[in-house]
Amino acid sequence: MMTREEALYRFALRMGDNALVLSHRLSQWCGHGPVLEEDMAQTNIALDLIGQARNYLTYAGELEGKGRDEDDLAYLRTDREYTNVQLVELPNGDYAFTIARSFLFDAFHLPLLKAMASGKDERLKAIAEKAVKEVTYHLRHSSEWLVRFGDGTDESHRRAQAALDELWRFTGELFEADEAEQALAKDGTIPALADLRKEWNATVDRVLGEATLKRPDDGHMAHGGKRGVHTEHLGHMLAEMQVLQRAHPGAEW
Amino acid sequence: MPDSQHEKRFQERIDAEQKVEPRDWMPDDYRKMLVRQISQHAHSEVVGMLPEGNWITRAPSLHRKTILLAKVQDEAGHGLYLYSAAETLGISREEMIDQLLEGRAKYSSIFNYPTLTWADMGAIGWLVDGAAIINQVMLTRTSYGPYSRAMVRICKEESFHQRQGYQILMTLSKGTPEQKAMAQDALDRWWWPALMMFGPSDKDSVHSVQSMKWKIKRQGNDELRQTFIDRTVPQAEFIGLKVPDPDLKWNEKTQHYDFGKIDWEEFRNVIKGNGPCNRERLAARRKAHEDGAWVRAAALAHAEKQAKKKAA
Repeated sequence: MMTREEALYRFALRMGDNALVLSHRLSQWCGHGPVLEEDMAQTNIALDLIGQARNYLTYAGELEGKGRDEDDLAYLRTDREYTNVQLVELPNGDYAFTIARSFLFDAFHLPLLKAMASGKDERLKAIAEKAVKEVTYHLRHSSEWLVRFGDGTDESHRRAQAALDELWRFTGELFEADEAEQALAKDGTIPALADLRKEWNATVDRVLGEATLKRPDDGHMAHGGKRGVHTEHLGHMLAEMQVLQRAHPGAEW
Repeated sequence: MPDSQHEKRFQERIDAEQKVEPRDWMPDDYRKMLVRQISQHAHSEVVGMLPEGNWITRAPSLHRKTILLAKVQDEAGHGLYLYSAAETLGISREEMIDQLLEGRAKYSSIFNYPTLTWADMGAIGWLVDGAAIINQVMLTRTSYGPYSRAMVRICKEESFHQRQGYQILMTLSKGTPEQKAMAQDALDRWWWPALMMFGPSDKDSVHSVQSMKWKIKRQGNDELRQTFIDRTVPQAEFIGLKVPDPDLKWNEKTQHYDFGKIDWEEFRNVIKGNGPCNRERLAARRKAHEDGAWVRAAALAHAEKQAKKKAA
């Protein structure tokens, strides 16, 4: 049986990993966006997410009680120890893929944070309350662009649909609660993840409808990220991200 | 009124320190000179995102990564203010970007040098932004109103950029032997290119005289360069780094540092396109622009459909 502390630790780590990995992916657009305003918008979102990640990872380190700080957790864990969902680690692809990936995650992230903001753990509550405002904007940004792509030109429509079709199998994992998430849902610290599906479905159907994009059928769903089994992409991402910390053990930066 | 009368009045206004505004009469050459300078400045901000962007994914701590992201984002914002300032002179952002991508417009040559180690993030902030600030503080008093106001906003953010760069090098210089060597190596590589940022000596500078007369520029290149050196050398000493100039010496009489000869051949060569990263920088901008073409087309098509719906 998992203690409450341990469940909280695992959950804080998960939230931190999701935010950190997505932030990293979005930051790869910085300097390379399709238009300067989008460079700024994606960097803004990346900044919000890295801020959230730092709050979660700091909290996770305290819960663990082994003296690890945010950087120890971010830079000195292997990909097998990262517990983010696979959706957020997928490489950026074209701009439609990036937008669709964000949209599918944001539509899940926002109701989760809203429920956490009235949950039982004070620290998570405080982090979520601030993050709700940020992620409200993230969802608006990704929704608006998905509509632009769906409604815009034949090419943008085709690209957006292809992105959704490709990404769909990574959405199942969002709602699969692991042992920690089940325990925390039971005592009202976080919502039951399966319960978020209703709001996610409503958001997805509304935005896809407006975008005249087709909702892909639920087929086989990928999973494993939550237990540290990732796509091949995460290892490369972390190798790059962690290079200085690994090459200069113990150095201050 | 004949042009000569206009020109006389224009110069009188400049001499009286009145700002020129977009709708005011101005000599064609004044407009041209400003478009050239402001668009170059805007391009420099945007191309300048690339050498630092090169390290965003490898920043060594979450704190450093946050600061670097925020800084590069500021540069995108500066690019936007400056493109807007240039647009008040009757050129569109698209035209300016085309000029850049076709190699017809310049940007600051400093961004054609590679960022090879993390310490380069420190050197860019401290030296490159430090040199830019000296130039930009002068430009807050430039005669063209929109440019001057853009500079006021930009200067506020640049001083934060310079501080964060200096802090990176300060931390490295107190670190492991490898980190110290990394910091010194960065100073060795960036020092001379940073001095070149102020442009050729005034006696060799083609545009300087007219630019000063119109008060677009307010101080000469040599004076600005000297200010930078006098300010920066003690900062290097403070963190135990050695400026790579054997001729550098404090001169009691002039109360300035004397310094060695700048390799203007290298400067001209980099401007001509032969710097280490000229091709890479333009290729990266072209790729972003071309890959983004369908995105911009989609946004436009959607906006037009929305407008039609509204009208119906």
